[in-house]
Amino acid sequence: MMPPARSLAPALPVHAVPASLLRRAAGNWTVTLAATVLGLMVAAAVFAPLLSSHSPLDISPTTRIKPPSAAFWFGTDMLGRDIYTRVLYGARTSLVVGVVAAVLSIALGLVFGLLAGYFRLLDAILMRIMDGIMSVPSIVLAVALVAVAGSSLGTVLVAIVIPEFPRVVRLVRGVILNARTEPYVEAAISMGTPLPRLLWLHMIPNTVAPLIVQGSFILASAILTEAALSFLGVGLPAEVPSWGNIMSDGRKFFQMLPGLIFFPGIFLALTVLSINLIGDVLRDALDPRLARRR
Amino acid sequence: MWGYVLKRTLSIIPVSGVVAVLAFLLLRLSPGDPAIIMAGDSATAEQIAAMRSHMGLDQPLVAQFLLWLSHILRGDLGVSLHSAVPVTEMIGGRVGPTLALAVTTMTFSVLVAIPMGLLAAWARGTSLDRAIMALAVLGFSAPVFVTGYTLVWLLSIKAGWFPIQGYAGLSEGFWAFARHIALPALSLSTIYVALIARICRSSILEILNEDFIRTARAKGAGETTVFLRHALRNAAVPIVTVIGLGAAFLISGVVVAESVFNIPGVGRLVVESVLARDYPLIQALILLFSCVYILLNLVIDLSYTLLDPRIRY
Repeated sequence: MMPPARSLAPALPVHAVPASLLRRAAGNWTVTLAATVLGLMVAAAVFAPLLSSHSPLDISPTTRIKPPSAAFWFGTDMLGRDIYTRVLYGARTSLVVGVVAAVLSIALGLVFGLLAGYFRLLDAILMRIMDGIMSVPSIVLAVALVAVAGSSLGTVLVAIVIPEFPRVVRLVRGVILNARTEPYVEAAISMGTPLPRLLWLHMIPNTVAPLIVQGSFILASAILTEAALSFLGVGLPAEVPSWGNIMSDGRKFFQMLPGLIFFPGIFLALTVLSINLIGDVLRDALDPRLARRR
Repeated sequence: MWGYVLKRTLSIIPVSGVVAVLAFLLLRLSPGDPAIIMAGDSATAEQIAAMRSHMGLDQPLVAQFLLWLSHILRGDLGVSLHSAVPVTEMIGGRVGPTLALAVTTMTFSVLVAIPMGLLAAWARGTSLDRAIMALAVLGFSAPVFVTGYTLVWLLSIKAGWFPIQGYAGLSEGFWAFARHIALPALSLSTIYVALIARICRSSILEILNEDFIRTARAKGAGETTVFLRHALRNAAVPIVTVIGLGAAFLISGVVVAESVFNIPGVGRLVVESVLARDYPLIQALILLFSCVYILLNLVIDLSYTLLDPRIRY
């Protein structure tokens, strides 16, 4: 879920973005660092099978709960699985869950936001429903959905998207309501522009910049939620290598082998941190109204 | 103004209605016979039949919903499938620790975050400002369970200052209570501190551009007076707003933190109820958390008129 500090006003037209974005990003070492960390995570996710000679699922009864060593860089868990390998594959799980959840939330939010922003009759009903969904704390809603549908990748995705997309609806609706009062939209309407063309050419471009920023924050939040659900034991099935699952396995052995929690924890925190840092810079670049306050 | 209070108070009805429908549908959409789900796996045929008529399952869905709603409004949220105790009683016994954790976290966060935000705004553009804001992003990104375990590792296991987990109520003495609540509250507060510090800084910076700040400075008011008397007081509304919105983070955080620190509160009950598929309990907990969130935001909206006399409805 998004803090209000990140709410967005309609931003500049899209074509004005890249130059100012690059100017801001260049010379900003935190962004360079964040992008590098994120790049490394993506590389770990993509090349996981090449970066380790173990399998994330191989059980080995003779090497259970071993501290980090040359053979097992991060140690092994209670089933003798290599933590380093599981953490690498965990990057894959987290990024896939995060990206799919962000894309789904944005797509759903865009559709319903357009409907609410453009059709006044639907607006009242839709927004009351969105208010209702938003007043159920996201993790409680997610946990409840998992209880009903059982733990699987699909359930976790639904459980992340449902609490998340109403915020996108609200954002898109606001942008559309604003755009409708613009002279160029009035002109387009008075010229008899057909609705699909009006939405596609004159309305949707206004939502692109805020949606990119919102998308980056949903990505971070989705990765966190998946980890939290899996950590609580109500997320992805236990054998799936995900950072939350690895930490969940490590809880009983924390005093003996804290690495079981710290290694995936560090990867998780670094990933979320770099996405949030990049998102902050994106927001400042795409929303000059907020950036001027600095 | 009373018109506004009435209107705002009434506005929680449609939202609560949507929440009720969600909680109701959750059970009806789950695979299997709702009567068997609510009566439990070990129920006899008679018990299931009794549950079926209690839930009105032979009637249309809308009638079922109204029947369910009438039970809830009378305080009948059902009986736990596992302990056979009314869920209201189960929840009642768990509220204390959660409330203590939430209040400690909120108090601590506000006391830390507002000075942080003020300091960052005062030193705007300097490396101090950047350091505080970097800390805020860090606090926002660190998951509760990672912060929690890091604190336990450093301060409980290595330093031995705090118990590793568990909970002690105020009845066991203030010192025991404080020692047990300190680490969970600290790990929960990072997100809150980050949120409040950021909004505090940005609202104060915005207010510093206002005419009345220039007037105050022209009159010769010192920077302390300008910041505390003029800027901070006017930043109260956005700060209180973010405290309310942050309550959602707090509720989510409580669920995780209570599991990390083994605190017998409502948050851990959520996880326990899901792992045990205790549907009446899950339903009741969704309603409880949502009501708390809705009411909290109602109180905050209504408090604006007190915080800022210029706001008139």
